[in-house]
Amino acid sequence: MAELRIVDGILNGDKRAIAKAISIIEDSKPEAYEILKAIKEYSKEVHIVGITGPLGIGKSTLIDKLISVYRKLGCTIAVIAIDPTSPFTGGALLGDRVRMQRHSLDSGVFIRSMATRGGYGGIARALGPTIRVLEAAGFDTIVIESVGAGQLDVNIANYSHTVLLVLGPMLGDEIQFMKSGIMEVADIYVINKSDNPNAELTTMILAEFLKYRKQEKAWIPPIVKTIGLTGIGVEELHRQIQSHKEYLYKTGAFIELNRKRFMSELIDNVMYELNRTIREKLYRNLEVKKVVESYMKFEITSYDAAQQIIKLIPEILHSSTNSYVSTESPQ
Amino acid sequence: MGEEKIRVLIAKPGLNGHDRGAKVVARGLAEEGMEVIYAGLWNTPEQIVETAIQEDVDVIGLSILSGAHDVLVPEVMKILKEKGINDVIVIVGGTIPLEDVKFLKEHGVKEVFLPGTPIPEIAKFIKQAIRKTNQSLK
Repeated sequence: MAELRIVDGILNGDKRAIAKAISIIEDSKPEAYEILKAIKEYSKEVHIVGITGPLGIGKSTLIDKLISVYRKLGCTIAVIAIDPTSPFTGGALLGDRVRMQRHSLDSGVFIRSMATRGGYGGIARALGPTIRVLEAAGFDTIVIESVGAGQLDVNIANYSHTVLLVLGPMLGDEIQFMKSGIMEVADIYVINKSDNPNAELTTMILAEFLKYRKQEKAWIPPIVKTIGLTGIGVEELHRQIQSHKEYLYKTGAFIELNRKRFMSELIDNVMYELNRTIREKLYRNLEVKKVVESYMKFEITSYDAAQQIIKLIPEILHSSTNSYVSTESPQ
Repeated sequence: MGEEKIRVLIAKPGLNGHDRGAKVVARGLAEEGMEVIYAGLWNTPEQIVETAIQEDVDVIGLSILSGAHDVLVPEVMKILKEKGINDVIVIVGGTIPLEDVKFLKEHGVKEVFLPGTPIPEIAKFIKQAIRKTNQSLK
């Protein structure tokens, strides 16, 4: 069976096999199940670094420099670079890898570009199983670059152990730092493009903000200044990443974090399945259409309408195919 | 299941620095629903093939405006053959003289798209070519 060859390849670190497995998983092909089943006993704990931040802030360029640091230390590294799938065309321009191309022939480096394909919160839908494949393939570290993030693209925190938030010279005023979402999930703050004269001000404001923020964990997020284009600050960044990794291991937080991560991944999966199954059926359901008519005439509020529809869901879930075929259309 | 996407690698081999065409095609194919990995400038043939492997692409699109296509393209085709990769379609774009098109096709290039080719035409060609490849591999 072709799957067995792919599985063998993955366990031997063969890049073509790894790549094919990821495609099969992304395409939701039936073979994906067999592959994941075969590799599950080979999964191991690998430190996963998640990198997020606004569009154009220099994430890919920083990863390019980070790869060099990891490689100098003899670590093998897999990078997943995620870019958004267009909600209009279904296509995607995957343009992160271009900044890392000088590593393309290094046998210790594997780079894969992934489109979100319906994944929400800044990550690719197939990210979880893809990480399983890369773990089984034996990479020492996995780095995930999320999409150029908006403020609520925090899902990267559910798929990685150490989250880097890359910011740049002041894009707004300090109120931006006070907002919720992405500012809350970082383990390390990176001020990139720090050769820009505004970078110093940004660092100061960020430091002030962090000083007064509620500290939930023992780890105090450091601020690292970098210049992605030249690599300045990247060795310090790597040191902080290693520091956080040690902190996680020493405090036992690694295990607790994994539990949280796997729970999120599974619930994400369940929600995708539910969304896929229920949404389409809701749109075609006759009872739902009646509720919509009622709402259109303002006979009921939207809250009541939603509640009425929710009551229909158990039956929709259990029903077989054609219970929602309209009786008005000719058969 | 309708979840399959066509993955295309757009790369410029050699020293050619004119990338506007490549970027236009990359963007255009993405708008046609494909996932396009843009590998940019100054790739060696080895880098292009290795990237195609890691990204598991269906199509490699080579953009060459330097005139070096008669050396670089056969080099890419040779490396693909050496690695036993027979399920990737290679197409070429750029300023390719008409009299060189036959030469490139003899080396395994499926089609050459000259400047001004509408993107939907390229997309249609890719979809048909992939269907043919899938049928022949079954």
